[in-house]
Amino acid sequence: MASMISDETIEYVGILAKLELSPEEREQAKKDMGNMLDYIDMLNNLDTEGVEPMSHVFPVHNVFREDTVANGNEKDKILANAPEKKDGAFKVPKTVE
Amino acid sequence: MNIMSLTAVELSKKIKAGEITAMDAVRAALEQVKKVDGEFNCYVTVDEEGAFRRAEEIQKKIESGELTGPLAGVPAAVKDNMCTEGMLTTCSSKILYNFKPAYTAEAVLNLEKAGAVIIGKTNMDEFAMGSTTETSFFGPTRNPWNAEHVPGGSSGGSCAAVALEECAFALGSDTGGSIRQPSSFCGVTGIKPTYGTVSRYGLIAYGSSFDQIGPVAKDVTDCAAVLEVIASYDPKDSTSVKRESYDFTSALVEDVRGLRIGIPKDYFGKGLDTEVKESILKAAKLLEERGAVVEEFDLSLVEYAIPAYYIIASAEASSNLARFDGVKFGYRTGTYTGLHNMYKKSRSEGFGTEVKRRIMLGSFVLSSGYYDAYYIKALKTKALIKQAFDRAFTKYDVILAPASPTTAPKLGESLGDPLQMYLGDIYTVSVNLAGLPGITVPCGEDSKGLPIGMQLIGDCFQENKIIRAAYTFEQSRIYERCPAAKAQDGKQERKDGR
Amino acid sequence: MRKQYETVIGLEVHVELATKTKIFCSCSTEFGGAPNTHTCPVCTGMPGSLPVLNKKAVEYAAAVGLATNCTVNQCCKFDRKNYFYPDNPQNYQISQLYQPICQDGYVEIDTPSGPKKIGIHEIHMEEDAGKLIHDEWEDCSLVDFNRSGVPLIEIVSEPDMRNADEVIAYLDKLRLIIQYLGASDCKLQEGSMRADVNLSVRETGAEKLGTRTEMKNLNSFKAIARAIEGERERQIELLEMGRQVIQETRRWDDNKEASYAMRSKEDAQDYRYFPEPDLVPVIISDEWLAAIRDRQPELRTQKLIRYKKEFDLPDYDAEIITSSKRLADIFEEATAVCGRPKKVSNWLMVETMRLMKEYGMEADSLRFSPENLAKLIQLTEAGTINSSVAKEVFEKIFLEDIDPLQYVEKHGLKTVNDEGALREVIEQVLADNPHSVEDYHNGKEKAMGFLVGQTMKAMRGKADPGMVNQILKELL
Repeated sequence: MASMISDETIEYVGILAKLELSPEEREQAKKDMGNMLDYIDMLNNLDTEGVEPMSHVFPVHNVFREDTVANGNEKDKILANAPEKKDGAFKVPKTVE
Repeated sequence: MNIMSLTAVELSKKIKAGEITAMDAVRAALEQVKKVDGEFNCYVTVDEEGAFRRAEEIQKKIESGELTGPLAGVPAAVKDNMCTEGMLTTCSSKILYNFKPAYTAEAVLNLEKAGAVIIGKTNMDEFAMGSTTETSFFGPTRNPWNAEHVPGGSSGGSCAAVALEECAFALGSDTGGSIRQPSSFCGVTGIKPTYGTVSRYGLIAYGSSFDQIGPVAKDVTDCAAVLEVIASYDPKDSTSVKRESYDFTSALVEDVRGLRIGIPKDYFGKGLDTEVKESILKAAKLLEERGAVVEEFDLSLVEYAIPAYYIIASAEASSNLARFDGVKFGYRTGTYTGLHNMYKKSRSEGFGTEVKRRIMLGSFVLSSGYYDAYYIKALKTKALIKQAFDRAFTKYDVILAPASPTTAPKLGESLGDPLQMYLGDIYTVSVNLAGLPGITVPCGEDSKGLPIGMQLIGDCFQENKIIRAAYTFEQSRIYERCPAAKAQDGKQERKDGR
Repeated sequence: MRKQYETVIGLEVHVELATKTKIFCSCSTEFGGAPNTHTCPVCTGMPGSLPVLNKKAVEYAAAVGLATNCTVNQCCKFDRKNYFYPDNPQNYQISQLYQPICQDGYVEIDTPSGPKKIGIHEIHMEEDAGKLIHDEWEDCSLVDFNRSGVPLIEIVSEPDMRNADEVIAYLDKLRLIIQYLGASDCKLQEGSMRADVNLSVRETGAEKLGTRTEMKNLNSFKAIARAIEGERERQIELLEMGRQVIQETRRWDDNKEASYAMRSKEDAQDYRYFPEPDLVPVIISDEWLAAIRDRQPELRTQKLIRYKKEFDLPDYDAEIITSSKRLADIFEEATAVCGRPKKVSNWLMVETMRLMKEYGMEADSLRFSPENLAKLIQLTEAGTINSSVAKEVFEKIFLEDIDPLQYVEKHGLKTVNDEGALREVIEQVLADNPHSVEDYHNGKEKAMGFLVGQTMKAMRGKADPGMVNQILKELL
C-alpha cells in the first residue's frame, strides 16, 4: 500500500527539522518519503514479539569522568567560528517578542 | 622509482633508512595531487604549507630516533568529516564551508603521534550520506579506474586518493559501508573495525551507533599497520571499548588452514551482478585451496537490514545534524526575519538534497505516534540481526560476502532513485547494525575493467581473523594499480629520462 | 452562584547539582564569569564532540532519590530531547525519559489538617541550557554557554498539591533535604532551584482531572504563590464562561502578575526522544548504592531530635535553627569551638534573626564564620566585654565577619576591671551630680540607675556593670 504523505505532514516535519522546502522539493520529499516508508513497512513481516530493543550493540556500562575541573578558558577558540558574535557571546536574532 | 607507488609501510622503511626524506614523500604526494586531482577531485582541502612544516618536524624526530613506527614520515589523507584543528573540516557540506575546528579528532591525533603527515582532507558524500560521493557540495569524486564512474561512497575521496597514489594511505569512516563499498569500487583495501575500536571523538557524527573510523590503503599490511596506530581506548568516547589487544599486524600471516569460512547463500541471490558473484566465488575457491573450510549457509534476515539501518541512521542523523543551525559555526543565511526563519533558511540553503531527505525521514520516524512503529521496531530488528550473526559465528570464523551487488555505476545514475541507491548497501549495513569488523580486498575486475572487491566479515573483536584471511588471499594476487596512477609513471620516467 | 472548584497542582522542580564540573565535560560550574569562559567543544555542541558522564552527578541524584523515599533504578539510561533553541547548543538536550534514575518516592509536608505525603513520580538527570542575554541596543540576543551542561535533576511530583501553601511547604521540604545532602545550594533567586507549576482546576468532588497548563519563570516563593492564585482564577473564569482550558506552557510575568502563553507555530512540542547513542547505561550496584546511603549526612529530622536531646534546645529553637542547613552548620561549628550550645542558639535566635530581618537576608546567605561567633561568646563569658559591646561587635561579625578579639583590642572595647581607675571615675561622677546623690539618700532608688548610666557613659560602655554597682553603693 502506497503511503500518502500529506502536505501537512511535510509541513510538520519541516517545523521539527527546521527545514523549509521549495514547492518542487516538497513534492519530491512527499514522493521519496512515501516510497521509503512503503519499503520500511516490510519490517512488519518480521515477528519481533518479545525482542528487547537493542540500542547499544555491546554491554558497555558505567563510563564516567571524575568531578575534576580540567578545562580552562577556551573562549576565543570556541567563538572563532561564530557567524556573528558580540561581547564574547554568540549573536542571534532576538529570542523574545 | 615512483615514491607514491609504494605502500605506506615500504615508504616508511625507505624514509627510516635515509633513502628519502619525509619532505620528499610529501612533495611526491603533492605533485601527484597537482597532476590528477583536477580530474578526479579527491581532495576538498590540501594543506601544502602545513604538510611540509609537519614533514620537517617528523623528519627530525625520525633522525633522532624518536619516531620508529611503520607510518613515520608517510603522507596521509583524512576524510573531511574528522576534525583537524585549524584545518578546514567541511563534511563536504556548504553548511560547514568555512569551519575550522578548535581541536583534532582522536584518531587523527594518534596518526600524527605515529609520525604520519596529514596532507589534506578528502571529499565525501555530504555528511557521509550517500554511496557515490556525488552528494558532495564540492562536486563528485571520479573513479580512478574510469572517470565516467563513481568511486563509491561515502569515503570515495579517501579510496580514490589511495588508488590514484595521491597519498600513501587514508582514513575513512564507515556507517553503513562507507569504507568497504568505495574500497571495492576503487580497487583498494579498507577495514571497518569493530564498533568502539577507534575513538569517535572528533568524527562529525552521522549515525552515532554505527559510525567507525577505519583505514584505506593499498594492501592488507598497510591497513593493519594503520589500524594498530589509530585504535585506542579513549576516555573521551563513552562507547570506546577497552580491547584485550590492539595488535593487528601480528595477524599478517599467510595461513588459512582450518579457518572456517561461511558464505551466506542469501547474499548471492537476486540483484547480485553475475561478474561480481563469479569473482567472489573464485576467491572463495582460492581460500579453500589454501586450506580454509568453506561452506554455504543461511544467514537469514538479510532483507530487513536496510530498512532497520535507514530508520536508525536517519533518526540519529536528524538529531546529530540539528547543531548545524547558523549560530555557533558554519553557514548562516544572508537575509532572514527572526530566529526560526534564520534556522530554516540557513539549514535549507546549507544542506544538500540527500541530507535533507534523511533529516526529514529521521525526524518523521521519531515524531509523536511513530516512534514505536518505526524506531523501536528497528532496534528490535537490529537485535535479531545481531543474534543471526552470533549464531553464524559459532560455526564460522569468517563470513565471505560481496561488498556491493555491482561494480561502480556511472556518474549521475544513482541519485535519481534514492531507494534504489539504498538497496546497494545490502551487503554492508548489517555489519554496522551488529557492530562487526569487515574488510574489503580487491579480488578481480569486471569486463568494463572496473574493480571488484570482496568483503570478509568477522565476529566482534576478531579483526585478526579477517586480516589473516585477507592477507593470505592477497598473496595470491598482485596489487593492481589503476591506469591513471600508472600513467603518471610514464610521465615521470620521461621527465627523469631527460 | 459560582461552582466550587478544586485546584490540582503538580511540580517540576529543577535543581542544579553542586558538582565542581559540568555533567558531560570538565568545564567548571562556577557561577558568574565572563560569557563563554567556562566552555569547551562538548558544552557548546561543537561537531565531533562527545559527552562523558560525571560520576558525582549520578551520586548526588541517587542521594536525593534515597532521601525522598524513591526507588533508585539500578539501571538508568539517557535520552535525547530534540528541540531548537539558541541556548541549547546541540539543539537536543541530554535527559532521561525512558529509564530515569529514581522513581516512586514521596516527601511529607505539614498542613493545617496534619501531615500529608506528596508523591514524587520520578527524578531524572539532565543538562542545563545556556543563558540568553537580550541586547536591547542592537535588538538581538547573545548566547553565553557557561551554564550549558551544568548538571540538573528534575524532580517531578505527582499532582498531589491543592493550594499554594502546600506547594511552598513541598518546595521548602525539598530545599532542606537537598541542602542537607549538600547536593545543591537550592537558591531560587540565583536559579539553582527552579519550579515549573502544572495546574488544573476541577469541580469539587469530580474524579477526572481538568486540562492543565504549565507555568514557567517562577523565581521566588512569592511569585509561585501569586502565579498559582492567578492561574487558578484564569482557569476558573474560562470554565465559568463555558470556554476550555488549553493545554499549553505559560510564562509568568511577576511584575504584571499575569501569565502569557508561550506557544508559537514553531514550537511543535514534539521532542522526538530516543536513546542517547553517545552514552552507555548506568548500572548502580547494591554496593555502590549502599556506599551512597552510608555517606548520606544527617538530615533535618534526625538533627532536630539530636539537638533537643544532646544540647537540650527548646523545640522552637531547634526548629528554627534546623530550618536552614546554613544555620544548623553555624550552630554546630560554633558549639564545637566554644562548647556553649545555649549561648550559640541565643545569638542565632535573637541577634542573628534581628539583623537578618533588618538587612532583608535569607539564612542561606549568612556569610560569617561560626568560629568568630564562638570567639565572641568566649569573650563575653570571660567578662572581657560586656553584653552591649558584644551586640555591637556581633553586628560587625554579621556584616563583615571580623575577628572579635582583634576588633575589641583595636577599638579598646575591653571591659575595664581596674577597680582603682573605676573608683576615680565614680568619685568624679558623684561630685558632678550632688542632686542625684541627695535623691538617693532620700530613698529615690531611680537615682542609682542614673548614676550607673552616667558612669557607663564616662567609661564609654566598657565598665563591668557589676563592679560599677558595687563601688557606687560603697561610696554612697
